[in-house]
Amino acid sequence: MRVTRRCGGRAYISGMRPQDILLPTAAGLCCKPGGFHIDPVRPVERAVITHGHSDHARAGHGAVLATQETLDMMRLRYGENFAGSTQAIRYGEEIRLGDVTVKFHPAGHVLGSAQIAVSCKDTCIVASGDYKDAPDPTCAPFELVPCDVFITEATFGLPVFRHGDASDEVKKLLSSVALFPERAHLVGAYSLGKAQRVIALLRAAGYDAAIYLHGAMETITHYYQSRGIELGELRPAKGVKKAALAGTITLAPPSATSDLWTRRFPDPVTAFASGWMRVRARARQRGVELPLVISDHADWDGLTATIDATGAGEIWVTHGQEDALVHWCRSKGLKAQPLDLVGYGDEEESETPIQDEAEA
Amino acid sequence: MNRFAELLDRLAYEPGRNNKLRLITGYFREVGDPDRGYALAALTGALSFKHAKPALVRELIAARTDEVLFGLSYDYVGDLSETVALMWPKAAMAAHNNPPPPSLTEVVTTLRTLGKTELPKQLERWLDELDETGRWALLKLVTGALRIGISARLAKTAAAALGDKDPHEVELIWPGLAPPYLDLFAWLEGRGEKPVNRDPAPFRPVMLAHAIEDSDFAALDPSDYIAEWKWDGIRVQAVAGRDDRGHITARLYSRTGEDITGSFPDLMPSLRLPGAIDGELLILREGRVQSFNVLQQRLNRKVVSPKLIKEFPIHLRAYDLLGDDENDLRELPFAERRERLETFVKKLDDSRIDLSPTVPFTSWEALTAARADPASAGAGDDADAVEGVMLKRRDALYLPGRPKGQWWKWKRDPHIIDAVLMYAQRGHGKRSSYYSDYTFGVWTEGETGDELVPVGKAYFGFTDEELLQIDRFVRRNTTEKFGPVRHVVHESDKGLVLEVAFEGLQRSPRHKSGVAMRFPRISRLRWDKPPREADRLETLEKMLKAEAAEIEV
Repeated sequence: MRVTRRCGGRAYISGMRPQDILLPTAAGLCCKPGGFHIDPVRPVERAVITHGHSDHARAGHGAVLATQETLDMMRLRYGENFAGSTQAIRYGEEIRLGDVTVKFHPAGHVLGSAQIAVSCKDTCIVASGDYKDAPDPTCAPFELVPCDVFITEATFGLPVFRHGDASDEVKKLLSSVALFPERAHLVGAYSLGKAQRVIALLRAAGYDAAIYLHGAMETITHYYQSRGIELGELRPAKGVKKAALAGTITLAPPSATSDLWTRRFPDPVTAFASGWMRVRARARQRGVELPLVISDHADWDGLTATIDATGAGEIWVTHGQEDALVHWCRSKGLKAQPLDLVGYGDEEESETPIQDEAEA
Repeated sequence: MNRFAELLDRLAYEPGRNNKLRLITGYFREVGDPDRGYALAALTGALSFKHAKPALVRELIAARTDEVLFGLSYDYVGDLSETVALMWPKAAMAAHNNPPPPSLTEVVTTLRTLGKTELPKQLERWLDELDETGRWALLKLVTGALRIGISARLAKTAAAALGDKDPHEVELIWPGLAPPYLDLFAWLEGRGEKPVNRDPAPFRPVMLAHAIEDSDFAALDPSDYIAEWKWDGIRVQAVAGRDDRGHITARLYSRTGEDITGSFPDLMPSLRLPGAIDGELLILREGRVQSFNVLQQRLNRKVVSPKLIKEFPIHLRAYDLLGDDENDLRELPFAERRERLETFVKKLDDSRIDLSPTVPFTSWEALTAARADPASAGAGDDADAVEGVMLKRRDALYLPGRPKGQWWKWKRDPHIIDAVLMYAQRGHGKRSSYYSDYTFGVWTEGETGDELVPVGKAYFGFTDEELLQIDRFVRRNTTEKFGPVRHVVHESDKGLVLEVAFEGLQRSPRHKSGVAMRFPRISRLRWDKPPREADRLETLEKMLKAEAAEIEV
């Protein structure tokens, strides 16, 4: 039997406070007047989902409302029966749910990622999910949505996180490939979004050789290609002779770049594409030799600029470094509070490499 | 500066020596004079300017950022220079004024002449002009905390590779060179003459020995060789020479050519005669050689206090003479150099410098006996400081590096214990997919009966095949994981016994067991032995003499 939680009851229409519209609960952000949860971490009756990363999009809900891409990704990861029923929504489309309307806007995080604007009466709350305001050739660009309350992530919510230009990081990778042509370059990247972005950046930098993929990367990457994203020639790394991998670039889930799987590569240079690579101790801890600061999240400057531009007078801060961002908001005269939601973070934590690839 | 910072950044993450070399040589090839010269100076520790204090860096960031945000950031990053480099908010003015970032040359030459009061403003300007990595390198450089795991030797080897030269050649002329080394690079690139070393007390590349194997003796004739004790100290080269005005300059070098004169001021007055002695640095108390553990108290000291000098009196024991006044003796056979050395040491007549005695022998059997019992073969009270014997061909010239068949080292047998594998950790670089760092323990009586207590860590000594076997064992017998560390099963009848060889023991309050091993390595895997039969801590304690007491005098 499936345990579901219901956001129930009719809301009081007049004199509504934002927390009457959206409220943090154990299952996730709950919209009582609309009767749904946003990115619930436990099975619920009706879920509205921002994007396909596994900490936001989980299987087992009754009904799911999300973009077509997010629904497709959930299907690829969890199988056909990942939810009781599904409904696709386009960017800019508005749907009425109970006493509220929801509208999806691009979040610029990964393919299909959305911010969800929930409006009730005169109040508009935007739950932005994960987002970034930096250019990314593999997904629709972030759209600024003016609102009263802005719910922001804070993954990189410290002023030390400034991601810089991702194409410069890719240049670093390519100059390392040129300097060490006899070695293989292994790039750890999350399999949904980051990997495809790195490939697209490599292509944009003029790298036209075949790029190799760890088995766990193939399904999602091919899905990106099926949605018209140009990624050039891709090959599975499996079954390729060791010597033939010299001078090549292979993308793999971060967990695979330090395991048995790497022994098939000649003297591999271990790279990792992540915003965390900005901090040396984090890179060193993982044994990374070539840290690449490429992130799918807004950096500190991106977070603060976005908050400012939404015009919201009240900011709710979720997963990440809430303290610093809340402090910054307050110092700018904005009402701000951390939302204690649990269960969100790096997708990597929940990502296990495919067994035969990991042990082979 | 940004390009140099990029190099430092990359070096800091690269574990492989050859790859580090490639990175540095690549930099020298790509970057022109004089920037690369100052980079070489920075990597070899040859830059000198007054360092900025961390307090100044704090003041600069405090003036630009919110205190709470800085505090949270510093907590997260854990390193002042890095935190400041990452969060530094560029001045708004810089956006439309946009001066180019400073070159390394500009930074180094400015720092040399800059007054203390001008430093804060100048640093601020540079921080505005540089990128994150550039700011990090700048702050590390100005605070004198440029630790990136590169030895001076490695940097010089990388420079030599630029011109396909032997690193020894660079080492030989190095003391006569100064940043930004225009003449060196001109020579390396075939554009100029080889620079001449005008240093009155230059380093000479060291001759090293091969380890001898049992099977080697059959082919060797004892009468071709002179034997001497191998002392357990630090191999050094003590050089004195006359400068243009006839004054004596003296220097002490490590075996890699690093100038360590500053750490041993008490030895310098003894180097009165021009010449170059190859010898061993030791601590002598009342004429007795102290253990390596005692000598260690004097190594890597920046400040040498009078107390330290008094309690750890330094001594040079001479093996060989490479130069005698103006004469280069390296082309002479060892037997002749040895005679010259004896005369030289006699003439010096200094209590801090003595001759390392030879060990008389006529057959390999006799030498085997001497090596097994140095006390009765002439080493007397100093026998504990004997690490083995050295065999040198009578006719061997002094050749740099490790020439075949000339010098042999024959170490005393190491100490051996059987210990139980307790924890395993992943290695680095090529070994990052292997559990190749092992913590092992021995039995001791605990509150609830016998328990294992860790006594050391080893990450070499095994063959590639054995590494695969241990790796497999670790993966199959992990009971818990803590990040990169695996807790491996270690019970009285379940676990893996490792035969561990080591050179010595030291008391260590930092270790739970109270002992620390010197140079531990895995010598054998004892699949045949159940863990309960491994050694006990008492065995190690018996091996410890009163050494800790000697150190703490």
